[in-house]
Amino acid sequence: SSQQHQEAVHHCASSRCGEDSHGKLYKNDTETQLYSLKMYSIIHIFYSSYHLWKYTIYDEDEVLLALAEQLGNFTMLVGGPEYVHCLLPPLESLATVEETVVRDKAVESLRKISQEHSPVDLEVHFEPLVKRLASGDWFTSRTSACGLFSVCYPRVSSTVKAEIRQHFRTLCSDDTPMVRRAAASKLGEFAKVLEPEYVKSDIISLFTALASDEQDSVRLLAVEACVSIATLLPQEDLETLVMPTLRQAAEDKSWRVRYMVADKFSELQKAVGSEITKNDLVPAFQNLLKDCEAEVRAAAANKVKEFCENLPEDNREQIIMTHILPCVKELVSDTNQHVKSALASVIMGLSTILGKDNTIEHLLPLFLAQLKDECPEVRLNIISNLDCVNEVIGIRQLSQSLLPAIVELAEDAKWRVRLAIIEYMPLLAGQLGVEFFDEKLNTLCMAWLIDHVYAIREAATCNLMKLVEKFGAEWAQNTIVPKVLGMANDPNYLHRMTTLFCINALSEACGQEITTKQMLPVVLKMSNDQVANVRFNVAKSLQKIGPVLDSNALQTEVKPVLEKLATDSDMDVKYFAQEAISALQS
Amino acid sequence: FAGVDSPGGDMQWCFSQVKGAIDDDVAEADIISTVEFNHTGELLATGDKGGRVVIFQQEIENKSLPQFRSEYNVYSTFQSHEPEFDYLKSLEIEEKINKIRWLPQKNAAQFLLSTNDKTIKLWKISERDKRPDGYNLKEDDGRYKDPNSITSLRVPVLIPMDLMVEASPRRVFANAHTYHINSVSVNSDHETYLSADDLRVNLWHLEITDRSFNIVDIKPTNMEELTEVITAAEFHPHQCNTFVYSSSKGIIRLCDMRESALCDRHTKLFEEPEDPSNRSFFSEIISSISDVKFSHSGRYMMTRDYLSVKIWDLNMENRPVETYQVHEYLRSKLCSLYENDCIFDKFECCWNGNDSVVMTGSYNNFFRMFDRSQRRDVMLEASRENSKPMQVLKPRKVCAGGKRKKDEISVDSLDFNKKILHTAWHPQDNIIAVATTNNLYIFQDKVN
Repeated sequence: SSQQHQEAVHHCASSRCGEDSHGKLYKNDTETQLYSLKMYSIIHIFYSSYHLWKYTIYDEDEVLLALAEQLGNFTMLVGGPEYVHCLLPPLESLATVEETVVRDKAVESLRKISQEHSPVDLEVHFEPLVKRLASGDWFTSRTSACGLFSVCYPRVSSTVKAEIRQHFRTLCSDDTPMVRRAAASKLGEFAKVLEPEYVKSDIISLFTALASDEQDSVRLLAVEACVSIATLLPQEDLETLVMPTLRQAAEDKSWRVRYMVADKFSELQKAVGSEITKNDLVPAFQNLLKDCEAEVRAAAANKVKEFCENLPEDNREQIIMTHILPCVKELVSDTNQHVKSALASVIMGLSTILGKDNTIEHLLPLFLAQLKDECPEVRLNIISNLDCVNEVIGIRQLSQSLLPAIVELAEDAKWRVRLAIIEYMPLLAGQLGVEFFDEKLNTLCMAWLIDHVYAIREAATCNLMKLVEKFGAEWAQNTIVPKVLGMANDPNYLHRMTTLFCINALSEACGQEITTKQMLPVVLKMSNDQVANVRFNVAKSLQKIGPVLDSNALQTEVKPVLEKLATDSDMDVKYFAQEAISALQS
Repeated sequence: FAGVDSPGGDMQWCFSQVKGAIDDDVAEADIISTVEFNHTGELLATGDKGGRVVIFQQEIENKSLPQFRSEYNVYSTFQSHEPEFDYLKSLEIEEKINKIRWLPQKNAAQFLLSTNDKTIKLWKISERDKRPDGYNLKEDDGRYKDPNSITSLRVPVLIPMDLMVEASPRRVFANAHTYHINSVSVNSDHETYLSADDLRVNLWHLEITDRSFNIVDIKPTNMEELTEVITAAEFHPHQCNTFVYSSSKGIIRLCDMRESALCDRHTKLFEEPEDPSNRSFFSEIISSISDVKFSHSGRYMMTRDYLSVKIWDLNMENRPVETYQVHEYLRSKLCSLYENDCIFDKFECCWNGNDSVVMTGSYNNFFRMFDRSQRRDVMLEASRENSKPMQVLKPRKVCAGGKRKKDEISVDSLDFNKKILHTAWHPQDNIIAVATTNNLYIFQDKVN
């Protein structure tokens, strides 16, 4: 059936493109040339979606999606901008299919080729298409129209402009919520291309209407538009034209709308400027941080740092200390863990804004409380942002509380939590310094090597490599390498293999000397292991560390061992030994 | 009295069509498990225990014969669900279609959601009257050519062919329900829908299959404390933020999704205080709600419990505004109905197009309509005996005891194996679809 689809692609492209200029195809040379270019375009589609149909297509939509995308790049293939309008019919029909992804892609391509239309063609060919879509029977076509107004508006005559504005108005009050949503999501973009007088006369009323739509799914999109509209209006108009709607949205009955306000808060803040921020947004933000819905609080908590950063500098500290910090303090002991972890991911950033004294006095207690939080994600988020605090107050202030938190996470019953803390180890090591590390954390890092979950052992191996990169080969030789090599005699073959994996990871960072003198003998000895998995991993390790070794060792020690492994009774061992031999030869 | 009995004054119902096999030997797979008109009433879908969906289409009206209103004929039949086996839980998953819901039409094609106990599927039903011809890569008989033998390319063309109706699966919403799905309902925002099982309600986006949001969860931490299960759930027809779910305790909870992401706390709770004089061993079982449906206007909702239909005003939580007894004569039979498990039957109910009449099923292939404004009701029977074209249905009476009048049926002679659980009312016209065990009857009002 994939072949069928492919043929359908052919057909779709050919018939639709062809219809347009049917009957006059062979009138003159240009037409003939155009026809052959069209043929070429068909072939082009064929090849560009070849890989798709050959392997995976069972769904016609994937072909349509590919087609919708490709047609956006076809201008040259149909004879250049002069003929670009012949791409409109197929894209128009693709813009009305029921699959949103296909429709969106068709609209994207239409937007792209609209730029290649001459102003005349735009009015003769493109704009009628937009109108047809805008007044289509099914909402699918009307939603697609919403995305096309803004690309043709700037380049058409004022009569047509008036028509376009009228169409957009109509769609903003469409019966189906799908269309109103599409219109609301394009409102900001459309406002940007409109003349300032129409922004005031048209857009504001549409914006107000959409922002009080009966469906909250529409209202929340108006919040996004609010950002663009606010940037277009002079400061003195914001208060009367935008702020009433924004205030209403921040207190909307639906949590989803308030969530949207919280989520877009930084953008809103920038758009309305510092005066309105001080008078309106600060109290609004406080309310969002105290919202009854956890999703809203979490979204607002996520914005705490950005919001504070963007406050006007002259009284930033005062606003934060008197208005924001009290709310933040409450969020630290929120009932919902998502809220707490959202806060934990940004709270450390406040220290740079507030400076050393405030951080020690007000923020440090919060950090310490979060380090003891029952939810591992909260603790992880604090630990992952340690660098911000380190710059301001130095990490020593925290290290007493840090250690128990790290140890607890390192031993968490959930392996994903353990995995997360391992990934922060190199960062922590960098912040805390080698002494602290050796004293407190080294044991943890070694313990992960014998974790019962492979993903942890693997991450632990990788962690060692990063530590060596940080602390150097000498440190590795003294602290890590002996322990790693010691595991080669472990009765558990999984641990013996971990030795090999560590060697693979460490050899490069440790350098030739250590690799040849200390690691290689252990690897070679393991080639006699009774477990085949260990033996073929020896072969793999030798292949891996080969380039680090000196050539003498390679010839006299590695080669004989690999040759012996190549005659092993186990098939896999043989295979990997031969792989290694040929890899090391080349 | 018969005239007074019929809803809508002089309206009488007459037989129009019957679908399904005539023989008495009923195959399990043929048992109809759901019936649903689409939003225009042009299409009527049924689902059965065999996992099939059959769609009937109303023919274009015959102007010369106004008394014969357009009939429904088979439009498309497809296998929606297959029997499956859950290897982790060692459970068989039946293919039976529990619910069908049509989506608002978005282009020339039609879309519906069908669900069995575990998996919801989105189907596209579309027409095709052209086919591509002149392939490059295969012969006319469908054999593939050797790609190397192709030396020139030609442009395939579309040629007309006989109309073909295709049903294709577009989305599969799986792995979100631990218990059995009893309801699916599409939201008025046209982009989300809910699905409910015994303990949870999930919210889906129609285009996203890999995640859903759990909005209601009534599972107690300790399953031994379980006292209530969800029996049905539905979105409000106009307010995209409102939905209700009914429970086995006879309670309906209305939730407002604007208030909170999790709707464990309801906004309104509709419950009628129990009449202590009627209290019996069966009280709890028969108060369990088997279906809940909003009126088209969105002002009311209707619930069906074992013996009655109740209409609730959304603005009044403490009691229903109307209560209709469907088969009060069974109250004395509850003991035997409990023994033969009939007491657990889940009868559904439906509204007519303008919310003035409600309909629900009963035993002995009887179904009942209640005219709300005129406070009149009628009991009718779906049977082969009444299946002559345009034959007017005679009202049926059941005599509960005492002296049986002429034309009355004794309660003891009711056949409890013949039950009408699923009915549907055309969204505008007086056309109803009534599912008996394996037959679908279509009745319409008599045009005078």
